[in-house]
Amino acid sequence: MNIVVCVKYVPDSTADRHFEEDLTVDRVGVDGLLSELDEYAVEQALQLKEKVGDDSADHMVTVLSVGPERASDAVRKSLQMGCDAGVHVVDAAIAGSDAVGTSLVLAKAVAKIGAESGWDVVMCGMASTDGSMGVVPAMLAERLDVPAVTLGSEVELSADSGGNTTLRIRRDGDTATETIEATLPVVCSVTDQSGEARYPSFKGIMAAKKKPVATWSLSDLGVDAELVGLAAAYTVVEDSQARPPRTAGQVVADDDGAGAHALVEFLASKKFI
Amino acid sequence: MSEVLVLVDSNSLVDGKVSKPTLELLTIARRIGEPSAVLIGDPSTGSAVETLAAYGAEKIYAVSASDGTDITGYLVAPKAEVLAQLVERTGPAAVLIPSGGEGKEIAGRLAVKTDSGLITDAVDVQPGDDSTRGTPVTTQSVFAGSYTVRARVTHGTPIITVKPNSAAPAQHQGAGAVEELTVTISESAKTAKITASEPRKASGRPELTEAAIVVSGGRGTGGDFTAVEAFADAIGAAVGASRAAVDSGWMPHAFQVGQTGKTVSPQLYVANGISGAIQHRAGMQTSKTIVAVNKDDEAPIFELVDFGVVGDLQKVLPAATEEITKRKG
Repeated sequence: MNIVVCVKYVPDSTADRHFEEDLTVDRVGVDGLLSELDEYAVEQALQLKEKVGDDSADHMVTVLSVGPERASDAVRKSLQMGCDAGVHVVDAAIAGSDAVGTSLVLAKAVAKIGAESGWDVVMCGMASTDGSMGVVPAMLAERLDVPAVTLGSEVELSADSGGNTTLRIRRDGDTATETIEATLPVVCSVTDQSGEARYPSFKGIMAAKKKPVATWSLSDLGVDAELVGLAAAYTVVEDSQARPPRTAGQVVADDDGAGAHALVEFLASKKFI
Repeated sequence: MSEVLVLVDSNSLVDGKVSKPTLELLTIARRIGEPSAVLIGDPSTGSAVETLAAYGAEKIYAVSASDGTDITGYLVAPKAEVLAQLVERTGPAAVLIPSGGEGKEIAGRLAVKTDSGLITDAVDVQPGDDSTRGTPVTTQSVFAGSYTVRARVTHGTPIITVKPNSAAPAQHQGAGAVEELTVTISESAKTAKITASEPRKASGRPELTEAAIVVSGGRGTGGDFTAVEAFADAIGAAVGASRAAVDSGWMPHAFQVGQTGKTVSPQLYVANGISGAIQHRAGMQTSKTIVAVNKDDEAPIFELVDFGVVGDLQKVLPAATEEITKRKG
């Protein structure tokens, strides 16, 4: 089983995130980290590997990240959690890419990772915590021409009647809970409901130092630099404006049960009741 | 004037009723061009065709698969194929798709298929002018609602997913000419399928993302949502929950408001026993009016509120519910 897990290095969502002058996200001036939602993908990738057996010669989880120099932090953290190998695609020409460009680079990198012995599952988080579009898994599946089973809260492997391995997920949708499945190879995305992500152990941290990390450029992937980056993006940001901070309104203490009455008076004054 | 393709929300056709977000998209489409509704499934279901026309659809493409496959039984890939074929045929000014898990995936695949730019989660779409070469300009709320961004697509067909409540649905009689369309679905598009589905029980309350009022509960409920639900019912609200409440198993994930759940932007948001972590704020801070009830007077949620009560929600809410019920007589 050859699993590739895609992770993104993002600005810390609890920090003061902002835009650069060219209206791209500031990825240098704000502390970054492995996107929290991608930790769930790493966790599920590791669990899939553990379920099929732990012999790492046959079963590999490779973490893949496309991002600036410091995105190596996200790769390292994933290795510390237990991934076997890392791939960091870094190239100045990638900066400012939109989802179209990013998915192109990811697809080429997945193909290269699987060039020798193929790949079975590409695992992704449900969305990044910065752009939060949630479209890259679907775009990746489209580019790799494989099925996508997305937004899973439970993931399991099973064999179908024809002896093929299928990946089955449970998706807790708005109107129904669905079981969705597809035959490998597949792109899978998981939500934050899929199970808490493990913390790197001391042993994991030490072991990560010896794990192989490949650094690839666009030319390593055979991607034309003209096809990616800000200039090649299919969308343009016209302007961005910080939302004026909300000014705190009236806060009352619920002394002697006065709070409920004050609340109802407020709602009535705003014509909500 | 060019056509604007509007994908009719697949949840629409369960009982032949068109969902409010779809009507909102038709209203937005009319600003940009001539709305064409894309209806995947049987057009004779309920009154869908009449409703779509009443809200401005000039054309209605009723799509079925040439080999009789039920497209709705599969996931998004066949729907993206249908739209790609329609984009090629009609050269639309834009494709509008309801935001949400399914809508965004369809949009992503469609963007790759048609080599086009895409914008997700727009909260407004306005027609372009000469400075934008006529392409529509979208507004998005980003970084947990702390920035507003205006953007547009510069390549291919603008593919835009639009959040619920982004426009007030306006009636406008369109021709509503139904064109039945059979499309060929590739085998690879059928490879992922839904093998079981268990419908969620309807709560009878408004849909979370569409509701004018949302009443949410968090860790401070201690797992007992009775007071939150009773208060919500008294003011006709949808019920939401924080991630802490969902992670504790008190409420299903479909109720979660926040970064990894729903983003809501109602007229009134009432947060009960919710501290107001960034994860939650991302999902609600663009609400028009915000009210909070929390025991902790230092909870960050109070920095956002128009009105707040420092107190025990299990006491405040039942008393408020009683007073509202009394006032309504």
